[in-house]
Amino acid sequence: DLSLPNGTPVDTSSPASSSSLLNRLQLDDDLDVETRDLFVTVDDPKKHVCTMETYITYRVTTKTTRAEFDLPEYSVRRRYQDFDWLRNKLEESQPTHLIPPLPEKFVVKGVVDRFSEEFVETRRKALDKFLKRITDHPVLSFNEHFNVFLTAKDLNAYKKQGMALLSKVGESVKYVTGGYKLRSRPLEFAAIGDYLDTFSLKLGTIDRIAQRIIKEQLEYLVELREYGPVYSTWGGLEVELSEPLEGVSACIGNCCTALEELSEDMTEDFLPVLREYILYAESMKNVLKKRDQVQAEYEAKLEAVALKKEDRPKVPTDVEKCQDRVECFNADLKADMERWQNNKRQDFRQLLMGMADKNIQYYEKVCVTFGDLAGIREVYFSLK
Amino acid sequence: MEDCLAKKMEITVSEAEKRTGRNAMNIQETYTAYLIETRAVESQSEGQCAPVESLWRRYSEFELLRNYLSVTYPHIVVPPLPEKRADFVWHKLSADNMDPDFVERRRIGLENFLLRVASHPVLCQDKIFYSFLTQEGGWKEMVNETGFQLKADSRLKALNATFRVKNPDKRFTELKHYSDELQSVISHLLRVRARVADRLYGVYKVHGNYGRVFSEWSAIEKEMGDGLQSAGHHMDVYAASIDDILEEEEHYADQLKEYLFYAEALRAVCRKHELMQYDLEMAAQDLTSKKQQCEELATGTVRTFSLKGMTSKLFGQETPEQREAKIKVLEEQIQEGEEQLKSKNLEGRDFVKSAWADIERFKEQKNHDLKEALISYAVMQISMCKKGIQVWTNAKECFSKM
Repeated sequence: DLSLPNGTPVDTSSPASSSSLLNRLQLDDDLDVETRDLFVTVDDPKKHVCTMETYITYRVTTKTTRAEFDLPEYSVRRRYQDFDWLRNKLEESQPTHLIPPLPEKFVVKGVVDRFSEEFVETRRKALDKFLKRITDHPVLSFNEHFNVFLTAKDLNAYKKQGMALLSKVGESVKYVTGGYKLRSRPLEFAAIGDYLDTFSLKLGTIDRIAQRIIKEQLEYLVELREYGPVYSTWGGLEVELSEPLEGVSACIGNCCTALEELSEDMTEDFLPVLREYILYAESMKNVLKKRDQVQAEYEAKLEAVALKKEDRPKVPTDVEKCQDRVECFNADLKADMERWQNNKRQDFRQLLMGMADKNIQYYEKVCVTFGDLAGIREVYFSLK
Repeated sequence: MEDCLAKKMEITVSEAEKRTGRNAMNIQETYTAYLIETRAVESQSEGQCAPVESLWRRYSEFELLRNYLSVTYPHIVVPPLPEKRADFVWHKLSADNMDPDFVERRRIGLENFLLRVASHPVLCQDKIFYSFLTQEGGWKEMVNETGFQLKADSRLKALNATFRVKNPDKRFTELKHYSDELQSVISHLLRVRARVADRLYGVYKVHGNYGRVFSEWSAIEKEMGDGLQSAGHHMDVYAASIDDILEEEEHYADQLKEYLFYAEALRAVCRKHELMQYDLEMAAQDLTSKKQQCEELATGTVRTFSLKGMTSKLFGQETPEQREAKIKVLEEQIQEGEEQLKSKNLEGRDFVKSAWADIERFKEQKNHDLKEALISYAVMQISMCKKGIQVWTNAKECFSKM
């Protein structure tokens, strides 16, 4: 069991709870609790009904001691669009880094209720995770757009200003993506590519299995709902047996409730996190492609120089710049991959332990209800 | 309470064997034979065990025995046989009579039947039953010689009585309704239970897929690999565990089935009562009409329309001698009728008394058995949960080591 340095135990049962921030502080080698100077939370979803549209906003709260922020605390309201904008800006301005994924943008209307409590809560958790991942990142958390996202009262005004503020960040964002062919991919990046391919595949399979299980559970639930009442009907016919028969009927009813909760939890907590990681892997592969492009450009330029047969004592500056870009990109990517691997490990450990926990809780509930009926609670407790 | 056979004799149906032979129509058939073993129980434990006697019987012989008992003891709720064909199956269970699991459960059901009969205070004393257990050859002939088939009431006669009886004992009418409802509710329960079992099977088996994918995933992971791999193994264990769980539940279903079939036995006793009551009512009605005829002849008044009366009016009165003769015949018939009515009345009352005594005995047995069955069902669920908790706890530990 995890606990903070001061001994308080930490909740690890929910796969993507907001307290996972504290979990990861404990487990993340890079950051000590004492040196953490930026805390961000997403909560309090609210529905807004306007003439043109209806949408949800979330409260984004920031607490910080960083110099880059004028105030120690901020509280703003943001909608999904704003998160999407932030992510695009981060991709543009930090192309050598892995940007965390957002929950899916488009939701088929009519199939899913965009305003249901469950959907909104699932989305809130994912948005919270998104911001916390950025907060944890030593480079991304200092990004200008991130700062504005957390602090600006009127984000739309800032959005309209567009490219004007890029200068502060100082990096050239325009990477040429014009058809250079890569000679040889360094082994480690090829390995990452292969890994991500297989990883996405396996996660996809797990997603399908989990969905199938939920489907089978719901079909099981349908039958249970007919099963329980029959015992009750029978109880109505009997005298001496009516008590045990009603008892069994009630137990089965409790099973139904417990099963419903299990399926809901899997749908709301387990599946979204899986899908998030599949999206993550997708965007990471795109970053790898960009890296390949940068390397290809450098190689092409280098080759062009070599062919010129002029006696040049040193390499031209633009080729040097390319070399720098390649080395920077590789370094950033390597560091991010390591960080990603660590976080992935913790996230999945938590996710799968959570899944196991949910199932244990289900069986415990069923055990207790039948144990009470048979008058043998001790049988159940002897387990512990 | 006299000592019933079950206390003096150990009875088991210990084996089942596939046989082929030629049946009555000289057609080759495959059937299953069951080995009945009996051993006298020694009251003194001198360390001496009586020898085990055994003989083989097939299902049709059990049926013959039961038919004999039902006809010979119509006031008894005769224990039912296990089902002839597999019913209420879910997809994994076979509906094939030759399926070894079905045969095994039938073996247990047949043993249960014999033990029920052997522990019944009345039935256990029957000689045919005793011979069934001990006499290999010639038993069929012995049963047929009792002529029990002739005593059997025709279905049509029974149906007729059910519709026309005017004053059956209210308790039997209520009991009949109860057995109808019991039959209906247990059938429903068994059908739904089979569907529930099917679905539960599906849930468990799909988890087996986790085993394979975790294994494949672990191949590309470094630190996470071992944890994933071993967790996958536990998922396989989980998926496999459902087979034993559901097999145990089949025994519970069999216990319910026994009482489903017992409902039919209850109905049979009620039918017999209705038949006897109807018979009695008809006999009383016949007697009344004869008495009336007699009176009319004696007093010369015609109160009821009768063809004889009309014809005598049309063709002239009969002679006093003829009338005297008729009256005498009628008086004899009336006397016979009154004696018959008396004995039928007595029979009817005896039947009601002894049948109701057995019904009370049956009710107690049913309440006891079904209560135990329900509790054992609860215990089964608890055991299933314990297994589930164990597996997921093991998996959780593997995940924690990722």
